[in-house]
Order: sequence, then structure tokens, then C-alpha cells
Amino acid sequence: MEADQRALSSVGLEITITRWIAFKDRVGRGWYRFRRNPISLAGGSMVLLVILLAILAPYVTPYPRHAGPFTDFSSIFQAPSRSHWFGTDEVGRDVFTRVIFGYRVSLMMAIVVLGISVPFGVFLGLVAGYFGGWIETVIMRMTDIFLALPPLVMALAICSAFTPTIEKAMLAVACIWWTWHCRLIAGITRSLKTEEFVQASQTIGSSHIRILFKDILPNCASAMMVKITLDAGFVILVGAGLSFLGLGVQPPKPGLGTMISYGAAHLPMKWWLTVFPSLAIFFLILGFNLLGDGLRDMLDVEAEGI
Amino acid sequence: MRMSDPLLVIGDLVKRFPVRAGIFHRKVAEVKAVEMVSFDIRSGEIFGLVGESGSGKSTVGKTLLGIYKPTKGSIRFKGRDVTTLIKENLRFFKKEAQMVFQDPKSSLNPRRSIKSTLEESLIVHKIAKNGREREKIVVDLLGMVELSPSFMYKYPSMLSGGQRQRVAIARALALNPSFIVLDEPTSALDVSVQAKIIRLLQRLQAERQMAYLFISHDLSLMRTMASRTAVMYLGRIYELAPTEELFTNPLYPYTKTLISAVPVVSEEERRMKPKKQSAGGEIPSPINPPSGCTFHPRCSLAQRVCSQQLPELVEVMPGHFVRCHVVTNA
Amino acid sequence: MLEIRDLCVYFRGYEGVSRVLDAVSLNVGRGERVGLAGETGCGKTVTMKTVMGLLKTPPAIIPHGEVILDGQNILEMSAKHLLQIKGMKISMIFQDPMNALNPVFTIGGQLYDVIRFAQSRSGNGRKRARTEIHARAIAALEEVRLPDPERILNSYPLELSGGMRQRVLIAMALVNRPSFLIADEPQTALDVTIGAQILGLLSELVRTKGISVLLITHNLGVIQETTERIYIMYAGQIAETMPTALLFDNPKHPYSQGLLASVPRLTGGEIAEGIRGTVPDYIAAPSGCRFHPRCDYVMPICSQKKPPPFMVELDHYVGCWLYGEDGG
Repeated sequence: MEADQRALSSVGLEITITRWIAFKDRVGRGWYRFRRNPISLAGGSMVLLVILLAILAPYVTPYPRHAGPFTDFSSIFQAPSRSHWFGTDEVGRDVFTRVIFGYRVSLMMAIVVLGISVPFGVFLGLVAGYFGGWIETVIMRMTDIFLALPPLVMALAICSAFTPTIEKAMLAVACIWWTWHCRLIAGITRSLKTEEFVQASQTIGSSHIRILFKDILPNCASAMMVKITLDAGFVILVGAGLSFLGLGVQPPKPGLGTMISYGAAHLPMKWWLTVFPSLAIFFLILGFNLLGDGLRDMLDVEAEGI
Repeated sequence: MRMSDPLLVIGDLVKRFPVRAGIFHRKVAEVKAVEMVSFDIRSGEIFGLVGESGSGKSTVGKTLLGIYKPTKGSIRFKGRDVTTLIKENLRFFKKEAQMVFQDPKSSLNPRRSIKSTLEESLIVHKIAKNGREREKIVVDLLGMVELSPSFMYKYPSMLSGGQRQRVAIARALALNPSFIVLDEPTSALDVSVQAKIIRLLQRLQAERQMAYLFISHDLSLMRTMASRTAVMYLGRIYELAPTEELFTNPLYPYTKTLISAVPVVSEEERRMKPKKQSAGGEIPSPINPPSGCTFHPRCSLAQRVCSQQLPELVEVMPGHFVRCHVVTNA
Repeated sequence: MLEIRDLCVYFRGYEGVSRVLDAVSLNVGRGERVGLAGETGCGKTVTMKTVMGLLKTPPAIIPHGEVILDGQNILEMSAKHLLQIKGMKISMIFQDPMNALNPVFTIGGQLYDVIRFAQSRSGNGRKRARTEIHARAIAALEEVRLPDPERILNSYPLELSGGMRQRVLIAMALVNRPSFLIADEPQTALDVTIGAQILGLLSELVRTKGISVLLITHNLGVIQETTERIYIMYAGQIAETMPTALLFDNPKHPYSQGLLASVPRLTGGEIAEGIRGTVPDYIAAPSGCRFHPRCDYVMPICSQKKPPPFMVELDHYVGCWLYGEDGG
């Protein structure tokens, strides 16, 4: 009895150690591939930088109060200088500060939109791809309809129907965005469902839901990772576009698109009002795109078995 | 049910897959994968199914276990028709009959740890009380296939082909079945690894008195494993006999062609092979099989009746069945 | 015709350096059919890629060794020179015909490409007329006994069966009259009866044209029936080489013996226990003779020094200390 217990506990220890080693190995391998790829590294750093800046906005910006309602008509339209790196805007607020706080809004947009549309789209995609038949037809035709409408136009329509706020803008974009993910996941599921490991689970008697979430979904993860990263950039762009048209972030809240919109009227004399927010958006979206491309290269290489 | 009754009785099994085309997915043709296949498997027996691509042997295996629904025909396990089972009865059947798939690369989910893969059966059938107990059972299963517990948290990509196949076997054993379908279990493995896996399978079979349906294209392997063998071609069984009898006295022309085509190493084997009968031409597609006896276009002994009428499966000697006009008329 | 001397090939990876090939030496005489047998991971694919000049040199490193084809060292050739011999002097048949053929081009398109490419490199100057290329293509297809070559030229790979595709690959490999052919498991992806046809065809063609062949496979039966001499490879080292006729009767190396015993026999009977242990990791490869951890006859010297090939009889060399200075 005692010998049994000792044997069991030593097996238990071996198992725990194994678990830790296996985990370390997987993470280590992934990191090795990641850091060898200059594109993903560059993109990842850019995105990480922006995220950090956004989170720590109140602490890293020189004039955090400028992010809110603030006016100082004595220092309006100042060109970039040592005290105002990006200059000041039409009511005297520091542009640099507002750009950093504007990042918060952009990132929030990405999180909310993707957070709503991805789970919804993935779930519908799984169901459509796995069950096929009329279920698939219905879902796919729905996505066809949504896909026929350009996201920006749709968002415009939805936003202008109500009083525009940033929240409504996010919801509007989310409403259309799920279709892309649905399509992607449906395609992958359709090809995976004939795989032998799915048949094996069927032979065991697993329920369809179990198969969808434990067998098929994890295999979609890599494609999803790439798509979500690339999507993030695009969603931010759409959000900025909406704000530019006046349907997103409302003043005095800082929003990159809004800032560009207001600054456009003062071109080319007071160029810093548009150039810096534009560069900021460019930087963030480029970062996401590079990250997504790098991830895709990494995963292709993994498929080749390096 | 009497003790001497066969474990599994397959009667006139037919499985056809539709070929769809056009935007409305209309059915334009059918793949006649399995046509009127009947045989039975006794308890504790190893029954072999041999054939080339298009023979339908894999489809038979998968249809038996419910991965595909049969188009027609009956499958009776322990006397009960399994094509109509639901819920508890179906679950009971799943526990009794399991499968080991051919390609260890694709039969294990690359994104699941070995533990997760092996646990699946335990979770679905609520076998263990909690995670700890499940862990213990998984360790036991790994031990049965001669793998150490350290394999639990590994992923299939970290395992060799032989190791992966052992995991697949462990997965099949998890529910303690009385019948396992083995679909080319060693085709993807090296010869020295194959030898070990075959010995493992033989040992497990003897220990647990399980019945196997052993599907393979490797005739030499069939002779080692199976006690009775059926030769399939384009969805039908054309010869069925005790394995020894099949090799020492093959009657059907395709069987002889198959045996003579196997590349062998020793002089002894070379001598036992029937005279080199090369069957010219390609294996026809199961969508449009030839009329009558489907082998007739490639058969050197074909006569007029062979293209007109499908021969019946006739017992020409005790336990030895052949489907061939030339043989039965001799 | 082909001589590989002490070839070492390493790969750089996540965990370190994989020393895959460890001083591999083999040769193929003119008009000779030689088999290279070994299981998965033994290095035969790497060897073949090195000979064909297909290795990507990072991550591969070739610290040592020579590969001499018809008097010239392939490893020292310029890319331009390599291009001249690939497909011309040395040609290859791949394992899986579906992967080797481009699914979106017709057979004719791909075959014409091969013929035209050869012309442009042989410095022939004048471009052959389309009719001439077409005629050569038809002749090539007829040589591999494909019925209705016209129709095949206009077909896509998907429309053909596996056996027909493999015949097309053979035609493509032979159309430019190479003097050396590497066949990588030509029958593995095919059914038994079709594979037998293909092997028969290949044997006949190489015999009538006097082509030297290196046949790579793990199937000992295939080697027995189609080659004259054989090399058995294990974990990047050549274990044994002998005339094929002696394979069954007289394998000397413990690995060869174990391998042969594991092959299921058409005559039935039990198969052996297999070979204990597993294929080694190339990053921490066993020292000396790489088979020693799995060998039943292991001696102290086996882990210290790699055995040189000892001659046991005419044309029969074994890389094992049992047959050399310190052994028996």
C-alpha cells in the first residue's frame, strides 16, 4: 500500500516535471521562431510600444489634462517646439498628449469590435462548416449579403441613423466584421472535418460541440491569429475614417481621425495638426500589418517543418 | 446469442458516395465504394481484408464503426443491428468497437496533447471520477503500449511515427473494446518499427481476446496476422479463405496477380509466388466500374460471360469462397 | 559515374546543430543499378538532395566531403554549371507523382518545358521548331508505354491515374538522355500491382539505355528485385554494402540482420522482435558507430571510434568492429 503510494507520487512528480518541460519547450520554440523573423519582431515591437504608451498615457505624456476639456488661448497653433513636441491645436492643447490618448481610443475600438465580432463569426463559421447542408447555405448566404456592403459605408449608414457616438461606431463596424471571420473559419472547418482525428473522436462518441471546440477550433488558431492581427489595423483605420467624417469620436475627446479632420482645414500652414496624428495612425497600422505578415510567415515555416 | 455465433455479421453492405457538381450541388455520379459485401468475424479472430486503392477496404472499416452511414445492407454486432442505434445503445457499441487509423500523422490532433487525446474517451463515457483518476488511467494506457508517462504532455509533432501509432492504439484500447478495426496500422511506418507494432498488436489481442479487422495492402503482413482473409477489388469481395489456404492455393486471377506483384527478398518467397501474371492497364475508377466481373478488362483468363454477368460468391472448397466464372465452371 | 567520398552534412536549428550525414561514402558505376536502403530519417533524402544540388545552404552546412559526378565535384560547381547538368546529365524521379507535377499545367506544357530548357542550356543555338519538340514529347511518352500520347499531352495531372503520372515523370526524367538517374521510392505511392509495372518499366528502360541508377527506398523487396548492389544506411552512416544477391543470405552488420528479420515474409511465419531502441537524435548523435546503443553485440570500441568499412568478401564491406581489427 505504501509502496503503491510512493510509486504513485513519484509518477506524479514525473508527470508534473514533464508538464513543465513540455510547456517550456513549446513556448521556447515559438519564441525562437518569432525572434528570428525580423518582420514579426518589428511589427510586434511597434504594437507593443503603442500599447504601453496607451496604457501609461497619463504618466508618459507631458500635459495629461489636455486630453480632456481644456483651453489655453494663449498658446494656440504653436508649431512643434521643445515644450510641445507635436505643437498645439486650435484651442491650445498639446498635440502629442492628445495623440497618445487618441491611441487609447483606437486600441479600444479594435478590442471592442474584434471582441464582439470574432466570437460570433467563429461560432457561426464552425457550425456552418461542420454541419453543412442547409445550415451552411443559410449562414453563408447571410455572410454573402453582409460582405456585399463595404464596411465603411455600412458603418456610415448605421451611425448617421442615430446620434453618432464612438460606441455606436464600434457596434456598427462589429455588425459587419463578423462575416470575414465566419467565412475563414467555415472554410477551415470544412476541410478539417474529414480529417482522421475528427473521425477518431466521432468513433469514440464525442458530441458535435466537443468536436467543434476541442478538435477543430484549436486547429484554426493560427489562421485566426494572423487574421485578427491584420484586422486590428483595418478596424482602427475604419474607426479613424468614421471619426474623420464626424461620426465617431466627438470632441473634446481625443481621437486621431477627429484630429485629422479638424486639422485638415488648416493645411498647409499648420501642418502639424494633421501630419502627426496621421503618422500616428500609420505607425500603429503598419505595426499590426507587419506583425500579421510576420506571424503568417512564421506559421508557413512551421508547416514546412523547421 | 450462442457462444459460437459470430461477433460481427455484415450482410450485403453497400456504400456509395455522391459526386456533386454545379451550383445547386446536384448529384451527377456515384462512387460505388462498397458493393454487396458480406462476411462475418468471430470473437477473438483476426480477419484480414486486402486490396489496392479503390477496393473499398477502408470504407468497409469506417462504415462498420458508423463514421459513414451505409447506403444499404445490415451490420449486426452481437446480434443487434448497429445502424439504427441511438443514445445509450450507441454509446455501448462505441465502447465495444474501436478503430486504429492508418496515418499516425493525421489521426492524432496536432493541437492536442497526448493526454488530451487519450482522455477524450474517458471524458465522453464518464469513466473516471475526476482529473486525477483520469490521469492515472492515461498513465496505465501509455504503459500498455510501452510508452513512459513522460509522453503525456507531449504533442504529436514531438513523437516519431511508431510512437504516434502506439498512442493511437492506446486510444483504441481506452474503452476496453472487444473488436478493433485496424486500417493499415503500419503502412506509414518503417519496417523495424512495424515489426514492433505488429508484435504489440498480437500480444494485446491474445491477452484481451479481441477480434481484429485487419485492413492492409501488404500481403506478407496479412499472412503473418490474419487467420482468414478476404480479397477485395473495386468494392466487392472476390475471394475469401483461411489465410494459409489463400496463399498456398489462390484461385481468383486477381489474387494471383496481387501475390506475384509483391517484391520479395528471399529465394524461398520467390519460388512460392505464382507465375508472374502482370495485369496490364490501370485500376478502373469506382465511379464507373466495368460490367460483370469488374476485373475482366485486365484478366488474362477472361471469357465472354465475364463481361456480361457478375459471378456469385461460391464456396468451392470448405471455407474457401471465390467469385469467378472461370474457376467455378472448371 | 558517381562517387561520394566522406560526405558530412549538418543542419543548424533551434536546439543546435544536427549532424545528419557522418562521412558517407558510396559510388555508382557506369550502367550500374545501385540501391540505397534505409529507414525514415537515416539520411538518404539528404544524401540525394546533396547529389542533386538541391540542398539549401543555410541551414545546411557541408563541412567535409566530395560528390564527384563523372569526374567533376558537384559541391564546387558554380550555380551556372550546376544548372547545366541538372536534368541533363543527372535526372530524378520523385516519390509522389502528384506532388512532383504542377496541377495547373497540362502534361504537355510541363514536358515541353523540360525539353526546351535542355536545349537552351546545351548551347545549341538554334531553337528547335515546335513540331520537333512535340515529336520528342510524343516519343518520350511512347517509350514509357502510355497509350494515346496525344490525349495525355493535353491532359492535366489530376485527370490521370497514379500509375500514369509516374510514367509521365519517368518520361520527363529520361527525355533529355541523362547518364545518371536517381529514383526516390518510385513505387511507394502506388498500388502494389501498378508499382510492379512501373519498376519493370524502369528496369527495362535503364538497361536498354545504359543509364546508371541510384534507387532509394526503404523496401528491401524492391531493392532485391531491381538492383545489382546495395548500400544499407543507418543514422547518417553507411552500415554495409554488398551485391544484392547476397542480401538475404549473408547480411553481416547487426542492423542489416535486424532489418531483414523484421520484414514480413510472403511465406508467413512470425516476424522478429524488431530492433530494440529508437532512431537517434542527430543533435546528440551516438559517438563512434551510431548503431551501438541498439546493438546486441556492442563492444567498448563501438562507442569510441567509428568503424571503417571492413572487407568480408568480394564487393562486400561492413562498417562494424565485429569484422575488423578488434573484433572477430
